[in-house]
Amino acid sequence: MAERTHKQKQSPERTDETVEGAAPVTSESGEKLKAELDDLLDEIDEVLETNAEDFVKSYVQKGGQ
Amino acid sequence: MAIPKVCGIETEYGIVVRGGDNNPVSASSLLINAYVNATSRKIGWDFEDETPANDARGFNLDDVFPPEIETSLVNAVLPNGARYYVDHAHPEISTPEVTTAAEAVRWDRAADEIVRASMRYAAEILDNGAELVVYKNNSDGKGNSYGCHENYLLDRATPFGRIVSHITPHFVTRQIFCGAGKVGCEQPNRQPNDVAYQLSQRADFFEEEVGLETTLKRPIVNTRDEPHCDPQKYRRLHVIVGDANMSEVATYLKVGTTSIVLAMIEDDQFGDEFLLGNPVPAIRQVSHDPSLQRSILMRDGRRATALEIQWGLLEQACKYQQTHGLAVVGDEVGADVLARWEQVLAGLETEPESVAHWVDWVAKRRLVTGYAERHGLDADSPKLKAIDLQYHDMRVDRCLALRAGLDSLVDPADAEAAMTQPPTTTRAYFRGRCLEKYPGEVVAANWDSLVFDVGRDPLRRVPMMEPLRGTAEHVANLIDESDTASELLDRLGA
Repeated sequence: MAERTHKQKQSPERTDETVEGAAPVTSESGEKLKAELDDLLDEIDEVLETNAEDFVKSYVQKGGQ
Repeated sequence: MAIPKVCGIETEYGIVVRGGDNNPVSASSLLINAYVNATSRKIGWDFEDETPANDARGFNLDDVFPPEIETSLVNAVLPNGARYYVDHAHPEISTPEVTTAAEAVRWDRAADEIVRASMRYAAEILDNGAELVVYKNNSDGKGNSYGCHENYLLDRATPFGRIVSHITPHFVTRQIFCGAGKVGCEQPNRQPNDVAYQLSQRADFFEEEVGLETTLKRPIVNTRDEPHCDPQKYRRLHVIVGDANMSEVATYLKVGTTSIVLAMIEDDQFGDEFLLGNPVPAIRQVSHDPSLQRSILMRDGRRATALEIQWGLLEQACKYQQTHGLAVVGDEVGADVLARWEQVLAGLETEPESVAHWVDWVAKRRLVTGYAERHGLDADSPKLKAIDLQYHDMRVDRCLALRAGLDSLVDPADAEAAMTQPPTTTRAYFRGRCLEKYPGEVVAANWDSLVFDVGRDPLRRVPMMEPLRGTAEHVANLIDESDTASELLDRLGA
């Protein structure tokens, strides 16, 4: 399977459809991603439960399906 | 032959009471009652036709199995055709039946908005400062799991053994794009920190290849044979192996790819090339390997990675589109699913970060690893587990998934409309419209019937054994023209 699939991912059967927004990361978009992540991490500091240890410990659920 | 892939999603949400008595059953009841009382008259669920102990392999466990559904608990049917109820100490919403992955995402989003509205209504009732907080995840990190199930309509003529054999490779490997991500490990007999980060919330909890259980010794393929429609013609595949997704694209791909693979199984498109040697260890191994590099054993002795198996399934699906078309999953949606399936595999293969806007486990991992690096935290820091949990927090002001840059597929106005409007494409339309228009005359509802009280004895049960009857096309005019349920029943000849 490894050989066969390796070939097909280079030349997938269908190329007529394109989807926006899933382009590989280039160096510029990589920089942009990093800046976004920094903003995001700032925001996590603001919204994350203040006592993480208590929060994690007290998050107990009954098993379901 | 493949039949239209009518489908739906049932989500059991986690629930916590902050600042009050943490009884999950009463909290779930309060949450649901708050919503139902604030939005509509409560219509009860009718259990007449529920048979969760029937096994697709041809036997019935009713004698040895406790009832799965606690009938005394809150159980409501909503005007969008969904069911909102308490199940196993969790609030649960089953979406109405839909016909495409796009519709499934829309009514799944509506379910999330219903939960958010419920939390707000509950806050108005609770006067002691307590707060109900709901999480759309599948485990508490301590070995307790609750499900997000999918349901797909299948032709009864398709041998169940064929379904089990050929859907298993997809269930074991699809988690590379629809896993919701988890910090730590909950596999029995292993330590929580044996695995720092894994793809799936659920994989640790699967212990069997096939079986009827849903709460312990969970099987990869569940055999519950309760079609909620004509059992001579149909079966409902009850899928318990998936994660609840925060990413709309992940839900879309989960339902879309599975619908296509199931149609292919009905049309007998698979040989033995994807059969797995040992599915239960494989599903955990795939989940525990965010590098996506480790291979799993195939039944014929070869080894393949999850990505390679997914590429193989995609290739077959593209051929299937050429030979059979994708009308049974919706031609346009099916083509879009194939395109995105290819995009997501290509992204995962070259640089997983490039699909962080589609794939929950990648999006969550960015937050977890970024935060750990910034603050110099160890892998077992509770803060990282807190990020994991809070990714799924349904409160808008606390939810980390809403901040993670995920793509959206559903216009917010469409999600809001779907909170009260049923899909037009299935019998859910009839259920929802009747509940909305004749609330005083519908006394009970379930998936395959509605019970009316029109003041004449006895009560009138309208069976809905065909999931694709009762659509807007069939009954919109009838309902529009009937001012009362009695008129409607006369017109229906019921």
